[in-house]
Amino acid sequence: MHKFLSTFISILLTISLAGADTLSVRIGAKNFNEGYLLGEILSQLLEHHGYPVLRQFNLGGTLVCFEALNNGEIDLYPEYTGTISEQILESGENLSLNRIDRAVKEKFNLGISAPFGFNNTYALAVRRRMAEEHHLRRISDLGDLPALRMAFSYEFLERRDGWRNLSTSYGLPQEPVGIEHGLSYQALIEGQVDVIDIYSTDGEISRYDLYILEDDRRFFPDYQAVAFFRTGLPPAVIRIVNLLSGRLDETRMQQLNAQVVFEGKSYAAVAGTFLSETGLTGEAEGIGNSTLWSEISRKTLEHLKLTFIALLIAMLVAIPVGVAVYNTPVIARPLLYLSGLLQTIPSIALLALMIPIFGIGVLPAVIALFLYALLPLLRNTVVALFGIDPLLKKVATGIGLTRWQRLRHVELPLAMPTIMAGIRTAAVINVGTATLAAFIGAGGLGEFIVTGLSLNNTGMILKGAIPAALLAFVIELIFELVEKMIIPQHLRQKIAG
Amino acid sequence: MTAVCYHNISHSYDNIRVLENISFEVNENEIFVIIGRSGSGKSTLLQMINGLVVPAVGHVEIFEKKIDYTNINKLRCNIGYSVQGAGLFPHMTVWENISLLARIEGFARDAIDRRIEILIRFVDLDPAYLAKYPHQLSGGEQQRVGICRAMMLNPKIFLLDEPFAALDPSTKSEIHHELLALQKEEPRTIVMVTHDLREAVKLADRLLVLDNGVLQQIDRVENILKNPANGLVADFVKEQTGEEHA
Repeated sequence: MHKFLSTFISILLTISLAGADTLSVRIGAKNFNEGYLLGEILSQLLEHHGYPVLRQFNLGGTLVCFEALNNGEIDLYPEYTGTISEQILESGENLSLNRIDRAVKEKFNLGISAPFGFNNTYALAVRRRMAEEHHLRRISDLGDLPALRMAFSYEFLERRDGWRNLSTSYGLPQEPVGIEHGLSYQALIEGQVDVIDIYSTDGEISRYDLYILEDDRRFFPDYQAVAFFRTGLPPAVIRIVNLLSGRLDETRMQQLNAQVVFEGKSYAAVAGTFLSETGLTGEAEGIGNSTLWSEISRKTLEHLKLTFIALLIAMLVAIPVGVAVYNTPVIARPLLYLSGLLQTIPSIALLALMIPIFGIGVLPAVIALFLYALLPLLRNTVVALFGIDPLLKKVATGIGLTRWQRLRHVELPLAMPTIMAGIRTAAVINVGTATLAAFIGAGGLGEFIVTGLSLNNTGMILKGAIPAALLAFVIELIFELVEKMIIPQHLRQKIAG
Repeated sequence: MTAVCYHNISHSYDNIRVLENISFEVNENEIFVIIGRSGSGKSTLLQMINGLVVPAVGHVEIFEKKIDYTNINKLRCNIGYSVQGAGLFPHMTVWENISLLARIEGFARDAIDRRIEILIRFVDLDPAYLAKYPHQLSGGEQQRVGICRAMMLNPKIFLLDEPFAALDPSTKSEIHHELLALQKEEPRTIVMVTHDLREAVKLADRLLVLDNGVLQQIDRVENILKNPANGLVADFVKEQTGEEHA
């Protein structure tokens, strides 16, 4: 069964991935503005030199990107030296570029490019007016203001070079809350919170006239932007990546970030203009001019593919299993508990759990969605079969139907309305959960939502959320039609009210 | 010839004796009625013929062959079975309910339709009902469909487990007539369980009185009414005929 399943999954995935060029350079990016921009700049630069590129943007944070790189799921992604030495090498000290390069090579067989030229350090930011009122200049001044409300990105809260060690180093008493980075600027300027963590190249700093607290105890390491790559990559590719060396200073990076966040330009356009202005490519090409509709329909298709491959496999597993065990409560009950337990794992956590086992992309997403679809399918199958009128079971047996004939002619048809309802629930759950699959590079409508979230761009979020909601609605309609076709009216489940 | 023969049958549910050392024979093509109060064990006795209950002690023979309960499906197809409430499958039309077994056995469509036509005429069912679903039918009509379903493959033995208990008296009486007409046309061994003496009087060739798992008397109906074997049977007869005057 297991072998059959894995073969089946791999066939489906081969179909779904057909057309993806295996010779492409696979470029990843973390799901925040600068991550996308650097990813796009690297992609266009390589494309300009004739390399096909597979973009795996939207990966959810350092852990996901690094795991993907280390497992060979992507070839390179933009990273910061401080993050590598603190998060990945866990060195506890500020390592030099050379030492980082040697260490990642020895430990993981990975390498880093020459620095792009800017240091995007973590920093703590406050509203300028508040800084003036409280004479706040340095991080150490925060120690005198314990009532300040702090909100930090989840990654910053947990990182070695983040809040925990920072608060120890400076002796800070506040207890911050976690917040999605894309939303923290808004929370700050609206006065909901007083201190947030920022990246020093964020375009919002000058736009909102924020005050950056001086790191007077030199807590934060250097965060030189580099490309983090697999050493198996052709040397020519690495040479091209190194063309970016020293081309991007902090001011430039802030401007580029601001162009995306505030001027509403696409990453592709901003990256293209930058590359052509610095002479790294020719004229800015008309990249990224795919229309809104073609983009939405492409992602909707990806979304449907994820949803339905997972649903189909779940049906092929859960319904037969339900049929096999419904009459044996000793087995059925633990199975239901187990699938119920899977359901309680938050989807983003389940997706994260998939990465060490299955890497990133479509496969782990399909497996996670498959696990989510199991419960409604299994439960409805078992409950429906178990609940059939005992008199009908007795009569079916008494008139001479074999076990298989009873199942085929009596029990399954009678259970069908409830099983269909289970399939319907599973489909709708999958459409919703699949939006999160973008965090692990599986594509789909979630890409808009994840990107929109990290940019705090409502329009972008809606581009994903509206089609996803419509999809759920359309699926409901289709199921209703199918039910009308295969289930006699008096047996259909009525919606209360 | 003997159609059904019970040999020293005893049976218990959860250590409670429901049948106590029972032996009797049912003759071919007679209407044999087992009567008793509810809980007397009569349904358990009936279901030993089609294997829904396997006797704990003793055995049952059908046409002089001991029933092999491990391989009973073939035998069941030769035994019609009809229960209280008819037990029609709600997702199938009347036609589909009646023809189910024949379709599974691979009978030709026109043979099925011919047989159904004969059966519904006997039970006085409008052909227009064939396309309806069971929930659109009255209790009496459902019971008639149940009889047709049981008769579809022309079984040698027909088991009726209190099939008419929930029907009103006039419907019940109509179906009794139809059943007797069918028996005249297609004689077969009928074993029926009831708690209604009037029904038994009307239909039975022979009657078995069961009380608390113990066989009290087997005889032709009129003999039982005239000469009850013991006080228990006499009480039962009195009770039921008394009801008639009530």
